[in-house]
Amino acid sequence: MSENELKRTPLNDAHRALGGKMVDFGGWDMPVQYKAGVIDEHLRCRTSSGLFDVSHMGEIWVVGPGAISFVNRITTNDVTKLVEGQAQYSALTNEKGGIVDDLLVYRFGEEKLLLVVNAGTTEKDFAWISSHHSAADNCTIENASAKFCQIAVQGPNALKILQQITETPLEAISYYHFSEGKVDGVDAIISRTGYTGEDGFEVYADPKFAEQLWNKFLALGGFGDGDGILPCGLAARNTLRLEAAMSLYGHELGDDITPYEANLGWITKLAKGDFIGRQALAEQKEAGPKRKLAGFEMTEPGIARDGFDVYVNDEKCGVVTSGSPAPYLKKNIGLAFLPPAFTTAGQEIKIDIRGRKVAAVVVPTPFYKRRK
Amino acid sequence: MSNIPENLRYSKDHEWIAVDGDVATIGITDYAQHSLGDVVYVDLPRVGDKFDTHESFGSVESVKAVSEIFTPLGGEITEVNDGLNDTPESVNSDPYSAGWMIKMKMANSGEADALLSAAEYEEYLEASA
Repeated sequence: MSENELKRTPLNDAHRALGGKMVDFGGWDMPVQYKAGVIDEHLRCRTSSGLFDVSHMGEIWVVGPGAISFVNRITTNDVTKLVEGQAQYSALTNEKGGIVDDLLVYRFGEEKLLLVVNAGTTEKDFAWISSHHSAADNCTIENASAKFCQIAVQGPNALKILQQITETPLEAISYYHFSEGKVDGVDAIISRTGYTGEDGFEVYADPKFAEQLWNKFLALGGFGDGDGILPCGLAARNTLRLEAAMSLYGHELGDDITPYEANLGWITKLAKGDFIGRQALAEQKEAGPKRKLAGFEMTEPGIARDGFDVYVNDEKCGVVTSGSPAPYLKKNIGLAFLPPAFTTAGQEIKIDIRGRKVAAVVVPTPFYKRRK
Repeated sequence: MSNIPENLRYSKDHEWIAVDGDVATIGITDYAQHSLGDVVYVDLPRVGDKFDTHESFGSVESVKAVSEIFTPLGGEITEVNDGLNDTPESVNSDPYSAGWMIKMKMANSGEADALLSAAEYEEYLEASA
């Protein structure tokens, strides 16, 4: 396989068979949408259920007596607070406090953690982690990405669908917790996590069972029925996460963006002891960040897109990191970096949409919050 | 397979043109709406605006992307489809009828003859596939 060839998940054929419109996503050949289209896929996930292939995500095992202290040293959140069967949202930071990537840290045991990182950054992350790892850390690190497929079933019907093929009691798994068990007879990690703002699960298993599980979810979810499950592409994944105001690496997160700027102070535990970037982050917390992420919605017709400039009182003061129509909310929304003084809800701003300054207003995030 | 009505003219920018005397009605083709995906916003010019051939006269936004739309002919806008403000999805569901975008009084009606026929447009699509 040549270096230029796109990587494929074990569900590549399945996506094509479903009429997926395939695109290059960070070197991966992934479906941006299927036949139903992004709006229907998005809405179905909110009202019924959506199925996502997230097998391109990266998985890294950290195993050994030093696992917890090692991961604690390279991430911002406090790994010592994790209990077995719990997952934690966190960030890898560099010396300047910039975000190398955001990730989930799963605790399987006192000496066994799994890091789940973004697809496009897996190689970079593993190289970064390796460069800060030595024998003295008393743990091994393994890029196990090729050993997992990952399928997310999300939405109000997700639990009902998954429960039909697992004996693991799903109600007993709290949000951001997981359990090891069998799904359709296959060994799996069942994690109550997601990237849609809905309740749902992410199921990790051996890639050779990916199609079996995928097809089972579609069948049990009533794919093809009026309100049955729909496979959802990257476009719907993006609009769903944006309505839920979840950050996306390369947009709200990056090597020169700190957790405080990205409203991730809640996963930054300065008191836990030293970690990479702690000094810089402590200084920024003291001084206050110069820019902060804020949500906005357009009050005049127009759609803000990533990279558009933001104006307050005719002065350029920020930039849009993500912008899109919000299919469920039926508004045009976005996230932008702004000077902190302008991030209060109600602040009027203008977005430069191809030379036209269009009115918008800062609003609280998340834009969408599911009813529990 | 794309729907390409026989009675219309086409541009290489994937617009369709219905010519009636010196007035041209313009929209985007079935192929174009399909490539764009769900259309959520259509930005159109005002009546009275004048354009040369192949000038950007507006944009069509889908959830993921924005695409400029270009005049296949020069002339003056005589009517715009305001209905698209409320139902931009007509561009997807009915591109050749409810999804029309603008009517132009052609500056030079001879220009219409240079546009592609349905058969030529179909050939063009096949060649660029």
